[in-house]
Amino acid sequence: MSSAAIARPVRFSSLGPYMVAGIVVLFLGTFLLVPVLKVIQVAFQDPSSGSFTMVNFQDFFNSSLFRQSFFNSVYVSGMSVVFASAFALPLAYFTTRFNFSGSVIIQTLAFVPLIMPPFIGAVAMQLLFGSNGSVNLLMRDWFGFDIPFMEGLNGVIFVQSIHYFPFILINLSASLQNIDRSMEEAGQMLGSSGFRLFRRIVFPLAMPGYIAGASLVFVKVFDDLGTPLLLNVNTMLAPQAYLRISSIGISDPMGYVISCILIVFSVFAMWVAFLGMRGKDYSTTQKGGGGLSKRDLRSHEAILCYVVIFSILGIVLAPHLGLLLLSFGSVWSFSVLPDSFTTSHYGTAFTSAWTFIKNTLIYAGLAGVIDIVLGTAIAYVVMRTNVIGRKWLDYLAVSALAVPGVVLGIGYLRVFYGVNMPFTDQPMATWWGIIVIALAVRRLPYALRSCTAALQQVSPSLEEASENLGASKFRTVRRIVVPLMASGLVAGFVTSFSTAAVELSATIMLVSTENDAPLAYGLYLFMQSAAGRGPGAALGVMAVIIVGLATYLSHRMVDRARQQRSSMEQATGDVA
Amino acid sequence: MSNMVHKTLRHLGTGVAIAAMLATATAHAADDKLVIVTSFPSDLTDVFKNAFMKENPSISVEVVNKSTSSGVKYLIETAQNNQSDIFWASAPDAFEVLKENSLLAKYESSVGGVATELNGYPINDPDGYYSGFALSGYGFMWNERYMDAFKLPEPTEWEDLTKPVYNGHVGISAPSRSGTTHLTIETILQGEGWEKGWQTIRDMSGNAKTITERSFGVPDGVNSGSFGIGIVIDFFGFSSMASGFPVDFRYPSVTALVPANIGVINNAPNNGPAQKFIDFLMSETGQGLLFDPKIMRLPVNKSVYANAPKGLPNPFDGSIKSEVNFDTAVSQGRYNVVNSLFDVMITYRLEDLRAAVVAIQEAEVALAESGATNAEATKLIADAKALLHTLPIDEAKANDPEFAAIFKSKRKKQTDKVEGRQAEIEQEWDDQIVQNYQKAAELANTARFMF
Repeated sequence: MSSAAIARPVRFSSLGPYMVAGIVVLFLGTFLLVPVLKVIQVAFQDPSSGSFTMVNFQDFFNSSLFRQSFFNSVYVSGMSVVFASAFALPLAYFTTRFNFSGSVIIQTLAFVPLIMPPFIGAVAMQLLFGSNGSVNLLMRDWFGFDIPFMEGLNGVIFVQSIHYFPFILINLSASLQNIDRSMEEAGQMLGSSGFRLFRRIVFPLAMPGYIAGASLVFVKVFDDLGTPLLLNVNTMLAPQAYLRISSIGISDPMGYVISCILIVFSVFAMWVAFLGMRGKDYSTTQKGGGGLSKRDLRSHEAILCYVVIFSILGIVLAPHLGLLLLSFGSVWSFSVLPDSFTTSHYGTAFTSAWTFIKNTLIYAGLAGVIDIVLGTAIAYVVMRTNVIGRKWLDYLAVSALAVPGVVLGIGYLRVFYGVNMPFTDQPMATWWGIIVIALAVRRLPYALRSCTAALQQVSPSLEEASENLGASKFRTVRRIVVPLMASGLVAGFVTSFSTAAVELSATIMLVSTENDAPLAYGLYLFMQSAAGRGPGAALGVMAVIIVGLATYLSHRMVDRARQQRSSMEQATGDVA
Repeated sequence: MSNMVHKTLRHLGTGVAIAAMLATATAHAADDKLVIVTSFPSDLTDVFKNAFMKENPSISVEVVNKSTSSGVKYLIETAQNNQSDIFWASAPDAFEVLKENSLLAKYESSVGGVATELNGYPINDPDGYYSGFALSGYGFMWNERYMDAFKLPEPTEWEDLTKPVYNGHVGISAPSRSGTTHLTIETILQGEGWEKGWQTIRDMSGNAKTITERSFGVPDGVNSGSFGIGIVIDFFGFSSMASGFPVDFRYPSVTALVPANIGVINNAPNNGPAQKFIDFLMSETGQGLLFDPKIMRLPVNKSVYANAPKGLPNPFDGSIKSEVNFDTAVSQGRYNVVNSLFDVMITYRLEDLRAAVVAIQEAEVALAESGATNAEATKLIADAKALLHTLPIDEAKANDPEFAAIFKSKRKKQTDKVEGRQAEIEQEWDDQIVQNYQKAAELANTARFMF
């Protein structure tokens, strides 16, 4: 059953935890802290004399534009969490609670919105939901009015909640799958059922996953610039920072001031989420139950569930449908559907796609692996050891979320261009590995949230048992902790991998030869010209399919492992 | 326990590692290398790369594509250990920034037949650091289906775009985001004068549906039909037409033809191949490639116009009227001031601007429809317009190098001192402008409700 306290005194005198923490700090220091500081130090410089000053921050708070941007960002992030939860909760609950034939497919499909290729995704969204997109053209024809889906802040909330709700879904599902069935059974025996059971027992137990997902959505929306830029909304913080940093010839310190404020606020939001979780214990010693007991649905319930699920999927997958149409369409302009269909775009895309695909798989795959290794290490140090200042490790990693990709890219060029690689004598910043590291650093917060949530649900008493039986700390982590965290780790890998696969802002600064370029960069190349729209969409579809497949396989892996486990347990009669 | 997951994860890891090792083992064959940093799409660069490598099989060309601003940043940051040979992009301003940072090397190609000036405007950098290889003019493109659906007339002059009929149908990019838009804005300012120019620009932007974040966002929006009319550089219009989109393009009479440029980077590791590439680009073969339907730019080599495709004008025979002689020095001097003004007055306050412009347009329509003369209403509208068009600074101040220094990217020396901070000044402007826009909208609304 649930153990008494998570913060039990940890007593081991070895230097191991300090060494692990040291390595992590060294990595983050070299690849996050130093490059970023190198760039954002401008925020603390007096533009007229170059001396240290806080006057730029004073300017920030004096500016009505920035104050308005700040409130807009907070408002949009909060509302996006609300809508994203509305999308994610039913999908997560139905697919983990009931026996659905295609629940893996549903989970995979619902994950796809996270993979919105840059630029081309924006075009697809405009063609569908824009003021003269398919939906509005039809509405105007049939009803004589249209709905401004994509206008202003509401447009940002709409697109952001579609885009980022999988963060909640994937973390919540992982949490639900880790709930001890006996808790639920105990609740049922005491007479609770239905919504009350969900509200009082199931949802509170799944809280670590939900909070992990919701806080990620909040911070991600707060820091995101892709969507506001695609809708040309400027009065939010992240786009303000970006516009000021990347303008030709201007290096306005305000861009860097805003970056600092984004970082501080993101860490603050994570800290609030952490406070909300503190003093509560979510770990369970039993893993035998394998999550909620699944039951079959009565036919009318099944119909209802499918209606809910398919309408949610319909909304959130619409942009990808638009992408698909775009990739097969010849000319699509001010009309409900493309004028005619062709497969020639795929031919054009394929000629250049292979290198891009190969590079993307390598880069995003390596970045994902680095992320779960680092994520597990950080989560473990933070939650299971008494290393001094361990919480700051967490904050440091999370702050990567708030660093604009451009800033990281420029920082890397500044720090690593002067350093030559051994053997090849090439500048380190032009080595493809640096792209992998940039991706890993930028996506680490995603994996870290999943790893932390997963570890929160593993009871320390299991580790103590292992150590009592004579296993070393390392062996315990490897044989007990990591396997118990498996579904959370896969969730972390998948989120890191798939979002890294379509990242562009840091990559575009760092790509130094076309041979080393990932897919998102190829997309960018196509999307620079009118003729490139179709092939760009084709490349985008390929990216979505590849990442979707990888996600599906990861889910299958976890599912198969779980089935194997429960059948083994049934065979030995060892059911909790 | 979950051995399966464990095992598979491990396999995954090994797989990725092996793939990574394979990726590093790609070989490079050719003797000479040429690294080109460019903002041009692969539709353009591939054509030249392939043709050049056919003529010079021993040189392998590596194209690194970056947006103009990240290209400039990239070259500045990598100068300490430069690996790039050529910078190739549209906006002359980007080259000016590089020149100022001494990142360009002098090279003047000696290929015959290449024009060095157009209507008195030099095509190449007078100091010889970069050369124009193609000409571009600015104008507007529109989506024919969109214009039909909303029953909009085709615009012919910049002035037309300020008319109420186009309200909410125009798309434009911000000059701070797009070098080409900066040139458009500067062309209007130089062609119509500072005060009158800003008036046109603000009335036009008050009709804007959106200010796009990058220059390609404008043709993209017109092609999709998100908005009807876009203010663009000519080849965006021509290449969209060539790709089959139902769009058209026109030059207004106030336009300037500005060269797209190429220059050799200082300390280029492959100086020889770099010069060879520029010679090839200027040759008749190279210039002829600009007529490719995906490229459609105006060559600087006069002799190739004989083979020009239908619809592409020849700037050297006067078929494009251009009334503006573009002054690069003036443009360069106030570059950041103009960008910042535009952002403060238009990009960041588009909603307020639009509200004021709409209110004035509606009041004028109401006045005209009433048929009566109403001195009070007329005065209110005139006051509203005056408020709307008030500029925070005059031309002399904008051109003042000391004032412009506040917006400068870098202090040259540690000892350089500048009075005032950009954020401080922008906040001052912002206060004034928001107030003016709101007041203008109020006055215009008062006038409208008189009828």
